[in-house]
Amino acid sequence: MDLNTVWFSLIAVLFTGFFFLEGFDYGVGILLPFMSKEDKKRRVIINTIGTFWDGNEVWLLTAGGAMFAAFPNWYATMFSGFYIALVFMLLALIVRGVSFEFRSKDKNPAWRSLWDWAIFFGSFVPALLWGVAMANLIRGVPIDANMNYTGGFFNLLNPYALVGGLASLSMFTLHGAIFLNLKTTDDVREKSRVVASKLWLPTIVLVLGFAVFSYFSTDMFSKRGVTPIVAGLALLSVGWLIKKDRGGWAFIMSGVTIAFATITVFLGLFPRVMVSSLNEAWSLTIYNASSSPYTLKVMTIIAAIFTPIVLVYQAWTYWIFRKRISVDSDLEY
Amino acid sequence: MDSVILARWQFAIVTVYHFFFVPLTLGLSVFIAIIESIYVKTGKEKYKRMTKFWGKLFLINFAMGVATGIVQEFQFGMNWSEYSRFVGDVFGAPLAIEALLAFFLESTFLGIWIFGWDRLSKKMHAAAIWIVAIASNLSALWILIANSFMQHPVGYVIRNGRAEMTDFFALVFNSHVWVQFPHVFASAMTTAAFFVIAISAYHLLKKSDDMQVYQKSFKLASIYGIIGVILVFLIGHAQAQYMVKTQPMKMAAAEALWNDEDPAAMSLFTIGDEHNRKDIFAIRIPYLLSILAHNTPSGKVSGINNLQTEYEQKYGAGNYVPPVAISYWTFRMMVGAGVLMLLLVLYALFKVLKDKYDFSPFVLKLFLWSLALPYIANSTGWIFTEVGRQPWAVFGVMRVEDGVSNMVGAGAVVFSLLVYALLYGALMVADVFLLKKYAVAGTVNIDNNEE
Repeated sequence: MDLNTVWFSLIAVLFTGFFFLEGFDYGVGILLPFMSKEDKKRRVIINTIGTFWDGNEVWLLTAGGAMFAAFPNWYATMFSGFYIALVFMLLALIVRGVSFEFRSKDKNPAWRSLWDWAIFFGSFVPALLWGVAMANLIRGVPIDANMNYTGGFFNLLNPYALVGGLASLSMFTLHGAIFLNLKTTDDVREKSRVVASKLWLPTIVLVLGFAVFSYFSTDMFSKRGVTPIVAGLALLSVGWLIKKDRGGWAFIMSGVTIAFATITVFLGLFPRVMVSSLNEAWSLTIYNASSSPYTLKVMTIIAAIFTPIVLVYQAWTYWIFRKRISVDSDLEY
Repeated sequence: MDSVILARWQFAIVTVYHFFFVPLTLGLSVFIAIIESIYVKTGKEKYKRMTKFWGKLFLINFAMGVATGIVQEFQFGMNWSEYSRFVGDVFGAPLAIEALLAFFLESTFLGIWIFGWDRLSKKMHAAAIWIVAIASNLSALWILIANSFMQHPVGYVIRNGRAEMTDFFALVFNSHVWVQFPHVFASAMTTAAFFVIAISAYHLLKKSDDMQVYQKSFKLASIYGIIGVILVFLIGHAQAQYMVKTQPMKMAAAEALWNDEDPAAMSLFTIGDEHNRKDIFAIRIPYLLSILAHNTPSGKVSGINNLQTEYEQKYGAGNYVPPVAISYWTFRMMVGAGVLMLLLVLYALFKVLKDKYDFSPFVLKLFLWSLALPYIANSTGWIFTEVGRQPWAVFGVMRVEDGVSNMVGAGAVVFSLLVYALLYGALMVADVFLLKKYAVAGTVNIDNNEE
């Protein structure tokens, strides 16, 4: 395996980890205003992700940094090409980033409601846009011979990408509901189980719909593999596991669905990183978009040393804060 | 307006705004870590209240820094895609390393610190804030390694139509980093010190309950501040001498020095005619600039006209003069704010080392309003160092206008600029509201979360 492939794999891993982890954060944020009208219970819901959301978001920042360092042309084409979409994404992420901290700092109900909706908006928009973005990467967007994106904002909002967006939105929301079921007690826990079981069917329809759409609109499945089958089976099992009240397993399986769906998209892309809809030869690949062999080597050494360390201490925080959160817990947010 | 000018305005606005929050994070994290360590060592409850009080303000500020930082990482690709393509091989690496080494540590251990008061031992909890402090400053180090490449590019070669890294260690040990990072760190100490001094002064003025906490905070911050300010001056001096060698045009612009001088006089006050490159009115101190630049009363300091001629020969036709008035005045505002801070913190230290807090109300108000000084110095310092590098994005290698995204039109940039401006304006209101509320509330009921 050459270093270009190593870095493609590492970025795929970073996005997989990001969607797995931040996926439930988004889901929790989306569900927040609908789970309860009681302030105390909303606080419980926010505190389930309070310790984790920021560390989870760093997976995205690291993926972005890794794209810049290893595939500068990918970073440059995608970020300038998807400009308006990213402005909305940034707006959402900024608002969301301060909401968790600001909400609890004043007890005025209007203030709290404002930040609740900010958390909702800040979670809903990226949950939708990530699906749109991923779908467009594999479907292909107008990229010319000089690696410039020549389309506009509305090129990105094609039916295929919108189905992709709805699929990621529903999947993350389901993942969030299952996470809440795992991390809370009493009626919040019970409610989240009901919500998860209601979300399951629409999610199946959207995710499978996206898969079928992908079969006709992209070459994602031209390389045969078991990853989409694993993702599909895992999602099917989620419904049964929720019904049997096996929260832990349901969470693992919704995570497996997200992880394997992400891996399927990246395998479908490989060795391209962005498909050109104008001319297959103009697609960005792990070779024409990459950094020099020297930079890739340096970055490989650094990633090999530090990635395991990061994984260890992030896992450790999940262990420290493994307890369920209830209205009787010390609520920081 | 064309898209280059708009993109530059946007970069300036979002970056300066982001840097309102960063220095306080860098400096206050270390300050809080020190206080919590004292708490662990002495077991005195007042240090715990201090930790929680300053910690709460720290968290409000931190959230703003993190949220506005995301734009920083995205905007190179979004607005400066040609720049990203050209230098990504070199410049992307420190950004990726910053995320992997620093952001993960910072965010994870901050979560542990916020939620870990009852779940961790005292020592582990204090260790968590130390890790946050170190990680925040580590992130500053890596982003300054990236910025130093723009100021003084090293460890690269132009190959395959772009800048490619040839020596990672040259990039990391770029001499520019090792004057710039200490300067930023010392400024951050100073910023945190004045933040603590100002809010403590407010409570001394109001004779709030729990006076011992504010007196102690005031005292520790004065000590922290004097170390910070003195370091800023010493490093700033070294940095200026370094600048004379590596970016003489920036120095010439800072001094509105139109022609070579030997010995060179330093401008105390100049009203210049930038277009015709001459003074209209100037008060200048003979020899002083030579002394500052070379530590002797003689020695050449290059002037703008001579450097322009030199650069035309080296880089081809073009204008290599940065905006002189902006460089000149931002430099003076930075230094001026620094001098005022030095005087204020010296006076504070003179009193508190004798454990006297009987400041007059006027002096306490002065300390309160001096909170503006570090923010003025931080902002003007960065505006100076970035504007003074113009027209270059990477000094001697790439011009700013060549780095802009060629497919992002002016309309798109206007849209994003409006979105950021409205959002940042609204968030500033919320941020100041909360900081003020918690600063005024003080340490009373610090353990109770709002129900």
